[in-house]
Amino acid sequence: MKRLSIKTIVAIGIGAAVFFVLAKFVAIPTGIPNTTIQTSYAFLALMAVVFGPIAGALIGFIGHTLNDALSYGSVWWSWVIVSLFIGLFIGLLARRIDVGNGEFGKKQIISFNVIQAVIQAIGWGVLAPILDVIIYAEPANKVFAQGIFAGISNIITVGIIGTILLAAYAKTRTKSNSLTKE
Amino acid sequence: MAQEILSFIERKSPVHSLSGATKLIIFILYSTAAMLTYDTRVLLGLLVISIAIFIVSKIRIREIGFIMAFILAFLLLNNIAIYIFSPQEGVKIYGSSHVLFEIVGRYNVTLEQLFYHLNITLKYFVVIPAALLFIVTTHPSEFAASLNKIGVNYKIAYSVSLALRYIPDIQRDFRTIAQAQQARGIDISRKEKLLKRLKNASSIIFPLIFSTLNRIEVISNAMELRRFGKKKNRTWYNEKPFRKADYIVLVAGSLILVLSLVITFYDGSRFYNPFL
Amino acid sequence: MRKPIIEFKNFSFKYKSQMEPTLHQVNLTIYEGEKVVIVGPSGSGKSTLAHCINGLVPFSYQGEIEGNLTIKGQVTKSLDLFSLSKIVGTVLQDPDGQFIGLSVGEDIAFSLENEAVPQEKMISQVVDVSKLVNMEDKIQSSIHELSGGQKQRVSLAGVIVEEVDILLFDEPLANLDPATGEQAMALIDQIQKETNTTVIIIEHRLEDVLTQDIDRVIVVNDGRIVSDRNPNELLASNVLESCSLREPLYVKALKYAGCKVTPEMHSASIETLVLDESKDKLFEWYEATIPATYEKKDSPILELQDINFSYHKGFPTIQNVSLTIHKGEMVSIVGTNGAGKSTLSKLICGFEKIQSGKILYKGEDITEDTIYERSNRIGMVMQNPNHMISKHMIYDEVALGLVMRGVPEDEIKKRVEETLKVCGLYGFRNWPISALSFGQKKRVTIASILVLQTEVLILDEPTAGQDLRHYTEIMEFLTELNSQGVTILMITHDMHLMLEYTSRAIAIADGQVIADNSAVNILTNSEVVEKTNLKVTSLFELAVKAGINKPIDFVSRFIDYDKEARVTWRKKY
Ligand SMILES: Nc1ncnc2c1ncn2[C@@H]1O[C@H](COP(=O)(O)OP(=O)(O)OP(=O)(O)O)[C@@H](O)[C@H]1O
Ligand SMILES: Nc1ncnc2c1ncn2[C@@H]1O[C@H](COP(=O)(O)OP(=O)(O)OP(=O)(O)O)[C@@H](O)[C@H]1O
Ligand SMILES: [Mg+2]
Ligand SMILES: [Mg+2]
Repeated sequence: MKRLSIKTIVAIGIGAAVFFVLAKFVAIPTGIPNTTIQTSYAFLALMAVVFGPIAGALIGFIGHTLNDALSYGSVWWSWVIVSLFIGLFIGLLARRIDVGNGEFGKKQIISFNVIQAVIQAIGWGVLAPILDVIIYAEPANKVFAQGIFAGISNIITVGIIGTILLAAYAKTRTKSNSLTKE
Repeated sequence: MAQEILSFIERKSPVHSLSGATKLIIFILYSTAAMLTYDTRVLLGLLVISIAIFIVSKIRIREIGFIMAFILAFLLLNNIAIYIFSPQEGVKIYGSSHVLFEIVGRYNVTLEQLFYHLNITLKYFVVIPAALLFIVTTHPSEFAASLNKIGVNYKIAYSVSLALRYIPDIQRDFRTIAQAQQARGIDISRKEKLLKRLKNASSIIFPLIFSTLNRIEVISNAMELRRFGKKKNRTWYNEKPFRKADYIVLVAGSLILVLSLVITFYDGSRFYNPFL
Repeated sequence: MRKPIIEFKNFSFKYKSQMEPTLHQVNLTIYEGEKVVIVGPSGSGKSTLAHCINGLVPFSYQGEIEGNLTIKGQVTKSLDLFSLSKIVGTVLQDPDGQFIGLSVGEDIAFSLENEAVPQEKMISQVVDVSKLVNMEDKIQSSIHELSGGQKQRVSLAGVIVEEVDILLFDEPLANLDPATGEQAMALIDQIQKETNTTVIIIEHRLEDVLTQDIDRVIVVNDGRIVSDRNPNELLASNVLESCSLREPLYVKALKYAGCKVTPEMHSASIETLVLDESKDKLFEWYEATIPATYEKKDSPILELQDINFSYHKGFPTIQNVSLTIHKGEMVSIVGTNGAGKSTLSKLICGFEKIQSGKILYKGEDITEDTIYERSNRIGMVMQNPNHMISKHMIYDEVALGLVMRGVPEDEIKKRVEETLKVCGLYGFRNWPISALSFGQKKRVTIASILVLQTEVLILDEPTAGQDLRHYTEIMEFLTELNSQGVTILMITHDMHLMLEYTSRAIAIADGQVIADNSAVNILTNSEVVEKTNLKVTSLFELAVKAGINKPIDFVSRFIDYDKEARVTWRKKY
């Protein structure tokens, strides 16, 4: 493994804590009873894009594990692995969207959303159910239905909130030699 | 919003005095065993052990009662979901069908299905005390030391410790930030339309996230100023050294894993089939 | 011969995102074992200077360096952050990032852990250091349980646990109550004497720092060093005044009275101050100024009735608090760190729900109102600016509340720009907030509430980390608002602010109101002063020293005179 910078380590730790807090306390009511919008995956996508695949993978993994463990007393490993998968691959593929230098236009928005949709579709729709069947021997049609539902709602939230977050992040990147007192 | 989460409960008990690393290894072995097996006899055996350890730990059910409610609700929902999607799963697994009574179509209740549900539920009851105990008897600052001890890179172990360290702070900040934003007229709760609400929610999440990014900078500066990451390894102030009890527990734990796997896969299947 | 330990030679630094350098041509030498204070207006580059010494510039904050900086004989450019931090121990300015460990012991041990010191040795070292800073019975405590002063001790212990040559403090007193601040300074002094390290302190509260012996005071203005001499000489000059920094009050009083302050008067501390012939002049001046009178108000706007609140069951934070604030009043709330001042303000604004009691606004019960409903009447500036900032650009941040209230665009522009001018931020309006210094950020949050023009304003430590010029500007603007009928509540640790601007003060200890009286009476009630960790102002001591028989009157007269004088002074600079 390449030497991890301290910033990445801290980003993983704090990122996992924020992922946890968002997952646990910040759900937006949709109006449909018992259905809330999870903001934590939008945050995960942002962190993966900003800090790279290793940070993305570990924030997803640690954040999700902590959330399961601290709120339910047990960890649902198959879905934890999906969170890791999503953080990792968004981080890997989104390298090409260079938000670091302050650009996040139409082209980047489209490629970010294609990437996140494909990865999440694979993660929730394929990986999660397969792992559920292998690890927990749950009925296949149940887990596929759950996975597809989770996939669709997460693709939509990351699509909206994730895009807004990234656009805002790109704006905060100040260009060199740009500030002067008027 | 004030939901409780599990946290360390200070107490003097044999479980508390074990090294965190021991508990972590045992927890991993134990949940592997419980994950792999569907053998009812093994599950029952493990359940007895779980309950015994729970009693030894001197943790009272009342102290973790709030989480029990969650777990039971989750179990119930999961069982219902399985039944709705796959009422004949038990029949498929055990290869026989003893119908108890009919509802509609394939939704007849079979003994096999009930037995399958029993096993799924048992699996939970086996793992839950172990996981709960691990969380409430291991001090969070010992946790990173334990991860490092079982071979996780110390930087990554430290990031877990940072996460635990900052959850309360971030929770507190989040509340304060949400309040400050509400005071300036941002509403995410009731009256607003969904799209507006989403936008408003982002304006509450923004400050949290950007103060997070800022905080990452400040903390990594502070850590760097105190030379985190300088050496290939580091020591831990809160590490508990291994003692005799730790070795005994580890050996016993490994034996249990091996034994339960042997019993489970002796006949070539994860399932114990009483219907044969 | 004294040995130099830090040497800046023609040193300039420009942050990557800035067009202009933040530090210009700095030439500065600090010698081994010296105790040096750096003062300067907010945003003048003090923290940046500190970051150059500890290596965060250029290793963490990128930019361009010109000239040379040598520390302990080595050029910093050739070192790395790790070897630099072996030499320099830093206590950072930002309160959020200070603590890394969960418990006191763990945090103190952090750098030892990183050096892979064996556990046993580490534990004994931690015990030793915690004794040095008087925290040995708190080693097991979690950081959250500590008071502000105790936190300061832990962060100090964390850097002195290993031997360092230089200790660097960036505003160690910023959030401490007066008595705790004095203890913190005494502690720094004691550590310095015991270990003979070089100490560098950046601080706005010069008078509090000077309670201990200081070798030199360095004044930074606009990224340049404008003065570098010992405290007695500095106070005899007018450098502080021309950089809009606050002089110790007793020195100011002497100057007002027409006394010539000379280095021989040893004015660095009120204890060493030699008055001699100045006594008569003080008397004359005292006789000549006319004391102002205050009128009592009687039209309740905000009433708290028997309020109780606790964050955790069984540990009450606010107990049976009842008070009445009248329309048009300007009131201070004072008390020790952790007394519950910020909590009380949150209860008034509805951020937290009171557990029993009632809150009335103009006689109407608002106990059940939401945060938003209350925010149209009561504006609040929180203690920590990071909790309030939600936009990227300064202009947008200040405009946010108005935008959400649907105010027309051209009016927003007008109001925002006016407010930015008051807060000294107009020139920065198109900057991102991330490029501001700490004090500047705080002003942004004040502006974002002022712009809403509510009838009641609550400010939690509005002037912490501000220099005298911005302090005066903000406070004068608040006074102006106040004279137009706005009611103002201020939480503060600054005794002088309390005396100067608020006729009434409420003292809080352990979540209870222990005194509610005129500011002067509170400060002269020794029982209250002790319970609430306040400190008698040095003016009082000066008056006693000069033999004036009504020191309180002397203090009030000074305040009135000073306010007048500063109005003229502001026009001049
Ligand atoms: N990270 C940064 N990027 C760009 N500019 C910066 C950065 N940090 C500080 N500055 C600029 O440098 C100037 C000096 O900031 P610095 O933090 O050194 O001030 P200070 O004297 O410590 O002020 P205060 O008393 O308010 O803490 C500020 O005006 C700010 O614009
Ligand atoms: N969100 C919170 N959750 C739990 N406890 C809290 C919270 N905020 C404050 N406290 C505790 O309540 C007590 C009062 O805190 P508060 O912030 O009101 O003090 P303060 O008088 O403003 O102190 P300071 O002068 O240091 O700002 C403290 O013991 C503090 O630790
Ligand atoms: Mg500063
Ligand atoms: Mg406070």
